[in-house]
Amino acid sequence: MRAVTKRKTWLYFIPYGLWLALFVIAPVALIIYQSFFDLGHHFTLGNYSTYFQSATYLKMTLNSVWYAFLITLFTGLISYPTAYFLHQLKHRQFWLLLVILPTWINILLKAYAFIGIFSQAGLANQFLTFIGIGPQQILFTNASFIFVATYIQIPFMILPIYNAIDDLNPAFVNASRDLGASNWQTFRRVIFPLTLPGVKAGVQAVFIPSLSLFMLTRLIGGNKVITLGTAIEEHFLTTMNWGMGSTIGVILIVAMIIVMTLTGDQKPKGGAPR
Amino acid sequence: MKRLLSLILGLLTVCGLLAYASQSLEKSSGSTGSKVLNLYNWGDYIDPNLLTKFQKETGYHVNVETFDSNEAMYTKINQGGTHYDLAVPSEYMVSKMKRAHLLQPLDKSRLTGWGNFDQQFLNQSFDRGNRYSMPYFWGTLGIVYNDKMVKASEVQHWDDLWSPKFRDKVMLIDSARDIMGMSLVTLHKSMNTTNPQTLLAAEKRLNKLAPNVKAVVADEIKMYMIQDEAPLAVDWSGEAAEMLANNSHLHYVVPSEGSNLWFDNLVIPKTAQHYNAIYAFLNFMSEPKNAAQNAEYIGYATPNKKAKALLPKSIRDDREFYPDQKTIDHLQVYRDLSPNIVELYNDRYLEFKMHH
Repeated sequence: MRAVTKRKTWLYFIPYGLWLALFVIAPVALIIYQSFFDLGHHFTLGNYSTYFQSATYLKMTLNSVWYAFLITLFTGLISYPTAYFLHQLKHRQFWLLLVILPTWINILLKAYAFIGIFSQAGLANQFLTFIGIGPQQILFTNASFIFVATYIQIPFMILPIYNAIDDLNPAFVNASRDLGASNWQTFRRVIFPLTLPGVKAGVQAVFIPSLSLFMLTRLIGGNKVITLGTAIEEHFLTTMNWGMGSTIGVILIVAMIIVMTLTGDQKPKGGAPR
Repeated sequence: MKRLLSLILGLLTVCGLLAYASQSLEKSSGSTGSKVLNLYNWGDYIDPNLLTKFQKETGYHVNVETFDSNEAMYTKINQGGTHYDLAVPSEYMVSKMKRAHLLQPLDKSRLTGWGNFDQQFLNQSFDRGNRYSMPYFWGTLGIVYNDKMVKASEVQHWDDLWSPKFRDKVMLIDSARDIMGMSLVTLHKSMNTTNPQTLLAAEKRLNKLAPNVKAVVADEIKMYMIQDEAPLAVDWSGEAAEMLANNSHLHYVVPSEGSNLWFDNLVIPKTAQHYNAIYAFLNFMSEPKNAAQNAEYIGYATPNKKAKALLPKSIRDDREFYPDQKTIDHLQVYRDLSPNIVELYNDRYLEFKMHH
């Protein structure tokens, strides 16, 4: 009986294992492999030395990290209160659906919609003219880029936070109140620490894709914001230097691993209460 | 569980039906039959009425598939598994495909319309003697301006774009070769330079343009210009033609000191199968009447001299799209540069984009 169950679990693993091997391990291995070849298909470490010696790439990396950080920060600042508020509502499933709804629409369509809103004759400028400020240059600014990116990422932050809040046992909150904690103390000492895993999951879901946004940098940022995604696109499509493109891809993967480790679940240390 | 099962079954049935439908549709459009021609073209780059006319005259049905960049087309043909009979690469891509042995030579004895072409658009450096390619359209790189915001006299030359009065007013097409090329022309250098020092100087020159650059964008540039978002743009004549058709305040200038001359060409890739259809089509498209109709529909300049003569005078004499001989003499065709040099162009260009 035991042997049968064991074999069965092994069978269940096959689709997952295949998926993992074909669509996760193989592409990553290919990227790493490609990153060691130059334009003439000779083995080289040159791509990495180019990357680390080039002020352009390093600056671009810093830029990417900085913008990804800003996007994640704003997304978090908006998402946490929203998720918290949503949780208090009566028809939360309905409201949650409304939050998820925009993710069903293609990102390009959303970007084009924002072009319409932000352009010289767009809604935003009509409003500014109406209240007497007069039309401003909104498109192609860093602010508009961060705004649109934040808008697009918000659902991915709200969901994990919402789930974390949902999982929170109300008894803890009640106990905290009964023991005389103020609202703020309850939030800071009880609710926030207990929902932190949701925030971390949200940061992972937002920060990593934000590192390599490239369509938005062109459409909304007018290429005034250059991220690593722009460089990868150029290396694969224009110069066809797949080696260099892959090298930047590897750097992004490493950055991803760092973010995952930083925001991952730390093991409880020593006698820390759990 | 039962509901889940029936849901899954339902989904599978729908998917199966859709797959069957799409397959039978594909069969009826017949990419493999014998009376067809598979044309791999840029999007909206041929008058659909001509395709109908061609089928009526010759009986060949044309299947059109489209691509949106030379590189995408190259990759797809290179990977195989396709059955394209004709493709439409730009000039530098013709050399690249030629070197990769992806093209078949044209059999000139089967071409009847060769004499219709203007000699000055034949025998170019990318394909000496036109062994592999027949020119389809040609065009330039230039400046689009909006006469509501800019006077014509203010923007006749590339140098004018650097003027401090155009702060945050210029849109650039996101193309390393073209923008670097424009900068090289203002430095009186060849647009095909391979000298790293010259390219560095071109980047420095572009960095000075940075305060005037509103955005570096791609296809969207058309939409922005039509909507009066910016007064000035650097773009290709083909894109400009579309903008001008949608906004009467827009105009196009090819700076007389020099610019790029580009060609889109019909070539026969290695994957071709229907040779009778191919030559019927090439001859059909080089007939002056058809070429003129196509040029009028697309709005690009035709290399077909006899077709140009058939165009309405307003188009034929349009200096914006058929520049005078003096300007044409200063135009430069891009040579296919080695990957290392292309890389150099792109790196310099990327640094310019980072300069903001």
